[in-house]
Amino acid sequence: MSRFAVGQRVRVAEAQPPGHVRTPQFLRGRDGVVLRHFGAFPNPERLAYGMDGRPALDLYQVLFTMDEVWAGEGAYAPRDTVTADIYESWLEAI
Amino acid sequence: MTTNRAISDLGGLPAGPIDTHEHEATLVERRIDAMMMLLRAKPRAFWVTDENRRTIESLTPEFYEGSAYYERWVTAMRALLIEKGVLDEAEIEAKLAEVRARYAAGGAA
Amino acid sequence: MSTHTHDHDHDHDHTTFQPDIKDPSQEWEFLEIALRELLIEKQILSAREIADEMEAWERKSPEAGARVVARAWCDDGFRQRLLADANSAVAELGVEIESVELIAVENTADLHHMVVCTLCSCYPRGLLGVPPLWYKSFEYRSRAVREPRAVLAEFGTELADSVEVRVLDSTADCRHLVIPARPAGTEGLSEDALAALVGRDSLIGTALARAPHGEA
Repeated sequence: MSRFAVGQRVRVAEAQPPGHVRTPQFLRGRDGVVLRHFGAFPNPERLAYGMDGRPALDLYQVLFTMDEVWAGEGAYAPRDTVTADIYESWLEAI
Repeated sequence: MTTNRAISDLGGLPAGPIDTHEHEATLVERRIDAMMMLLRAKPRAFWVTDENRRTIESLTPEFYEGSAYYERWVTAMRALLIEKGVLDEAEIEAKLAEVRARYAAGGAA
Repeated sequence: MSTHTHDHDHDHDHTTFQPDIKDPSQEWEFLEIALRELLIEKQILSAREIADEMEAWERKSPEAGARVVARAWCDDGFRQRLLADANSAVAELGVEIESVELIAVENTADLHHMVVCTLCSCYPRGLLGVPPLWYKSFEYRSRAVREPRAVLAEFGTELADSVEVRVLDSTADCRHLVIPARPAGTEGLSEDALAALVGRDSLIGTALARAPHGEA
């Protein structure tokens, strides 16, 4: 069972761990909606250091409004959005 | 909260116009790309993509910002070949000295 | 392969490389030569393999992506399979994508996708070939997620505010392929003629598919 369902609202952790991560800074602490569940993939934060990436993590495409991310400070139209592919360990339900 | 932004994590940072010109890859760039693919692929699989990324992120910000794309790749390749024990520092330095001397003496012999 | 003889007593690969157009001048170009020669001398890689891999690079081009899009425009069953499981669908056209999950998304009258990798340079190479330099540039990677309309304008692509621009940041194991909207006035065209309208940038989402010949 995956932890999050398509359409569910989620928040990206505002964590600042050292080392290799795949969650961009501009989305940390932002709220979005799960758009797609891609399945489980090896954990890149472990693969980066020569480990086998287990346990695998569920990977989600999360959709954010540009306004949620940039609060008007960007060149976009009101309906515009951005998605990123984020591992479950970085997401919490809201 | 202080951030821990990787040098490669660029989303949203201010930047200038995009140079949309096409670029014909040079022979050196194509060879670097080919070697990287071969070293990473089975049967060798000396390292995985995420190790490659971690190595590039470990470059100094000055080097990251001032280098060409394949310059970062070949620098990461050197570091990973040493990390994985495929080549060692001394033999790379010795070969580099030989290559430099060869070109200084008048091109690829 | 060269036919001249060498007097070396070891048995490394003697495939020769064409000389560089210009002599290496930068430290990293020397480093490429040094690493390559060491890897070949130690029989970790062969010159033949490197040459073959370089040829494989040249065979990969956005034409494969364009064929996939043209098929999706013509064959609704294929389109649905492509949207559901892109790796399997493109394999039907002889394109094998290994080790990454290919995700196809469709542009419509209301929704326009545009792909970036803000963290590195992830790109569906198996289908589109090597990414253009601008895709890997700091400028595109920085700005695409924050100023998509300004970035699109630099590519000559203007979209109405009623269209949602959705920027896809390739942060993980998935590689995103944009299926551009089919241009108007293309109803009677063959699949080959349609594929010719699908340029690389339309598969990334910085451009639209081209209008058919004679259309504005």
